[in-house]
Amino acid sequence: MNPVNYLYLSALLFTIGASGVLIRRNAIVLFMCVELMLNASNLALVTFSRMHGTLDGQIIAFFTMVVAAAEVVVGLAIIVSIFRTRHSASVDDSNLMKL
Amino acid sequence: MNSLIPLLVAAPLAGSALLLLGGRAFDRFGHWLATALAALSFGFGLALFWDMLGRDGEHRAVTEHLFSWVPVNAFQADVSFRLDQLSMTFVLLITGVGTLIHLYSVGYMAHDERRRRFFAYLNLFLAAMLLLVLADNYLLLYFGWEGVGLASYLLIGFWQHKPSAATAAKKAFIVNRVGDMGLSIAIMLMFAEFGSFAFTPVFDSAHEASEGKLTAIGLMLLLAACGKSAQVPLQSWLGDAMEGPTPVSALIHAATMVTAGVYLITRSAAIFNLAPDARTAVVVVGAVTLLFGAIVGCAKDDIKKALAGSTMSQIGYMVLAAGLGPIGYVFAIMHLVTHGFFKAGLFLGAGSVMHGMDDEVNMRHYGGLRKHMPWTFATFGLGYLAIIGFPGLSGFFSKDRIIEAAFAEGGTEGWILGLCALVGAAVTAFYMTRVMLLTFFGEKRWQPDAEGNLPHPHEAPRTMVIPMVLLAVGSVFAGALFDINDSFLKWLEPVTGHSEGNSPLSSWTVTGLTTVCMLAGLGLAYVMYGRSPVPVVPPVGSPLTRAARRDLLQDDFNHAVLVRPGSALTATLVFFDSRGLDGFVNGLAAVIGGLSGRLRRVQNGFVRSYALSMFGGTLVLVASTLLMRSV
Amino acid sequence: MIAHLAAATGTTSTGEAVQFWVLAVIAVGGALGMLLMRKAVHSALCLAATMMALAVCYMAQGAVFLGVVQIVVYTGAIMMLFLFVVMLVGVTSEDSLKEQLKGQRFAAVLCGLGFGVLLIAGIANARLDHFTGLAEANAEGNVPGLARLIFTRYVWAFEVTGALLITAAIGAMVLTHREHVKAPRTQRELAAQRVRDNIQVPPLPAPGVYARHNAVNVPALLPDGTVAEDSVMATLRERGQVRDVSQAMLQRMAELENSTADWLGRPSSERPAVAGPRKSLEPVPNHENGEEDAQ
Repeated sequence: MNPVNYLYLSALLFTIGASGVLIRRNAIVLFMCVELMLNASNLALVTFSRMHGTLDGQIIAFFTMVVAAAEVVVGLAIIVSIFRTRHSASVDDSNLMKL
Repeated sequence: MNSLIPLLVAAPLAGSALLLLGGRAFDRFGHWLATALAALSFGFGLALFWDMLGRDGEHRAVTEHLFSWVPVNAFQADVSFRLDQLSMTFVLLITGVGTLIHLYSVGYMAHDERRRRFFAYLNLFLAAMLLLVLADNYLLLYFGWEGVGLASYLLIGFWQHKPSAATAAKKAFIVNRVGDMGLSIAIMLMFAEFGSFAFTPVFDSAHEASEGKLTAIGLMLLLAACGKSAQVPLQSWLGDAMEGPTPVSALIHAATMVTAGVYLITRSAAIFNLAPDARTAVVVVGAVTLLFGAIVGCAKDDIKKALAGSTMSQIGYMVLAAGLGPIGYVFAIMHLVTHGFFKAGLFLGAGSVMHGMDDEVNMRHYGGLRKHMPWTFATFGLGYLAIIGFPGLSGFFSKDRIIEAAFAEGGTEGWILGLCALVGAAVTAFYMTRVMLLTFFGEKRWQPDAEGNLPHPHEAPRTMVIPMVLLAVGSVFAGALFDINDSFLKWLEPVTGHSEGNSPLSSWTVTGLTTVCMLAGLGLAYVMYGRSPVPVVPPVGSPLTRAARRDLLQDDFNHAVLVRPGSALTATLVFFDSRGLDGFVNGLAAVIGGLSGRLRRVQNGFVRSYALSMFGGTLVLVASTLLMRSV
Repeated sequence: MIAHLAAATGTTSTGEAVQFWVLAVIAVGGALGMLLMRKAVHSALCLAATMMALAVCYMAQGAVFLGVVQIVVYTGAIMMLFLFVVMLVGVTSEDSLKEQLKGQRFAAVLCGLGFGVLLIAGIANARLDHFTGLAEANAEGNVPGLARLIFTRYVWAFEVTGALLITAAIGAMVLTHREHVKAPRTQRELAAQRVRDNIQVPPLPAPGVYARHNAVNVPALLPDGTVAEDSVMATLRERGQVRDVSQAMLQRMAELENSTADWLGRPSSERPAVAGPRKSLEPVPNHENGEEDAQ
């Protein structure tokens, strides 16, 4: 098997994640989709690391994880505070971007 | 002494400002303050007159420079005053008659709650009129010209609660606008031609300009004069201007403002002397207006409108005289001054009659008033004798001189003009006698008012009688005073110049003819209105009478010739504008608006929708990048 | 051994191939499950499965450290955080499957397909047949290799990452922290207030209909057969999770009376109407489903 299949897997997961962001309305699930996209890119980075025989790809993936963790913390805090005020976790309910 | 000149203008201007800005505080004594300031201005005028008499003829003109007004490179306009014999005459007339009419107004407007404002406007008028006659350049003159126009507008529409007064004020303002345009164009032409519009440089270099240019300037000045002096074809506003209070009619629309056109032509003598064609136009305008006003005056039943027709006619005499050139300038001004006396006196008399008759203006509802209002009858009668040119009174001298000058023009022209003037004299005698008979003689035709009370005519209060008496004195003696030893001629000659024409008729012949004409008109009027009772309801009358009652169809003419084509043109333009230009512009806007409305729906406020567009955008970007690289 | 797995150039060992196909199926299945599950809890569990599969994939490719971190940090910490929030928001809340934005779903699928095709075509077109493998890089072990890089070449980024994490932690605290404008009212004050207002002086009614229902989401019934909404706690009312059994009770009583009437042989005009007064927030659920909801 050619290791390039990992990249195909990564592309597939990324696409599913992106579609999920567009389709799901629950802010938490939406966040999970974003996490899936990050993971897919991590897989690609690890595969590239293997391809090039250096560890830099893994380092980048590592940093991605850290950033993802930070993002999740802040994102979930936002979701919680929105839920407190609006009693809903649906992103469609807060269409406040339109006046 | 010359420093008094600005004070002439400043006194009434200060009065106007005080009364307008001072508010209610001036309600109780504001009218006396205004009268006092007018009298003060008259006092300054007398002092300056005395001073001027102390110098000989050539050195009487003085210039007082006040400050630089518009200092723009070549375009230099100063606020500086020129006081010469011509302006001195006007200053005395304006402040003198003005003071008397202020005094009269104290009585006349006693019960008007907006009296303070009225006196403020009167003072404003005095200031503007003095500025007009004292200016030593055309731009400052124009300033005064507009100032009197404004004051006239405010005073005609003083009783603005009456729609007729408001409309009359607007009409006067708009018709005057046409004339003002003429004056501004004349000033522009002067500036283009001479590089200045101050009197001295313009008059000094007038002979260097081509006759065509001078004719153009002269015609534009004539247009201005027509507007301000209610001459044909811009005469239509004067009759309606009688909607204003009677003192206003006396001061502005009889004695002073309407004669500003004559002043303008006389002042611009240097230009008109070199432009015979323009002078011919002036003469024609004067002759036509003379007859026009006289005919209108014959048919009107409204006492003020009959007098307004008379004013128009008399100013026609002055314009005619001014158009005759050096032969006539002096007599134009002389008639102007005597007219200022007797016409102001007549208007004040009319005001007194109206005052006594509960504001009734229809002469057919008067009759037999001479016993009830003896002072008014006497002063009005003297003014009447003066205006018809009864031998010995002031109108006799001044009008006689103008008729003589008209004959002296020479040739066929001279005969035509002279005959016009003679006919005018006869018609004047006719309509004035008619006014006199209808008002003071015959049986009483008083009509009860809405509550069925007959009017109780009574003599006016003293503040109104005194000015009438003084003006009557003026209208009796002014002419003789001016004519003895040609004193007025000698007084004005250094400014306007004078030349004797060669009249085909001797002086005494003309005088005789004039008197005969006058007597003929008087006799005809007596036959028509004195011997038989006057119907209260006006008879149908001949077509000419009916036309004259409608001001010789002036408004119909204006409507047909100017208003209707103008409206049609405007309607066409509006149509073109709204359908063509607006259609295109609005259509474009509608298309863009519609597109935006559609596009707006994209901005639905849903985060997922925005995310979709971002994702779609990324897709398109990546795809196009790849596509470009593979190509 | 794992390093050896990753050592092959060009192809992989059969073992890794088998492992890949199994993991790929799990990962894609988990991702699709996350996408399609209605309840957030299920989505989170599916995502956890995908992440586990990916962790194994990392290890198989020589990234041992990352695989461990993936399990510990992602599935262990982040996913638990997700679950906490899901519980907070309401574990039973679910997405309605009805799409509200017109054309959104269609366009999303279209874009997703387009993007996927684009990515896969891009990968297919790239020349990716040579794989160096990590045998050399991982010679002294994966973790020391990473550590060497992190603390030398990437030390600056690493330090900044620390700052980022601190900032995120503080940010989360600030965001979720609620400032009390005034001191919270004590129970004593609340009681005093209640007496002053004289609106609900005695304690609120207890939920449940004794002898048949004692779940907290079943409101008590008033003597006339209507529900006493006060008897259910405010949180459940807010979420719309009140189960109204009054209708069923009335139905049952009417049936009982009917059968009694049948037995006594009364005429139908004297029988009570079957449908009683009803005041409920939800359509009457049937008995069995109600039990399930109440868990």
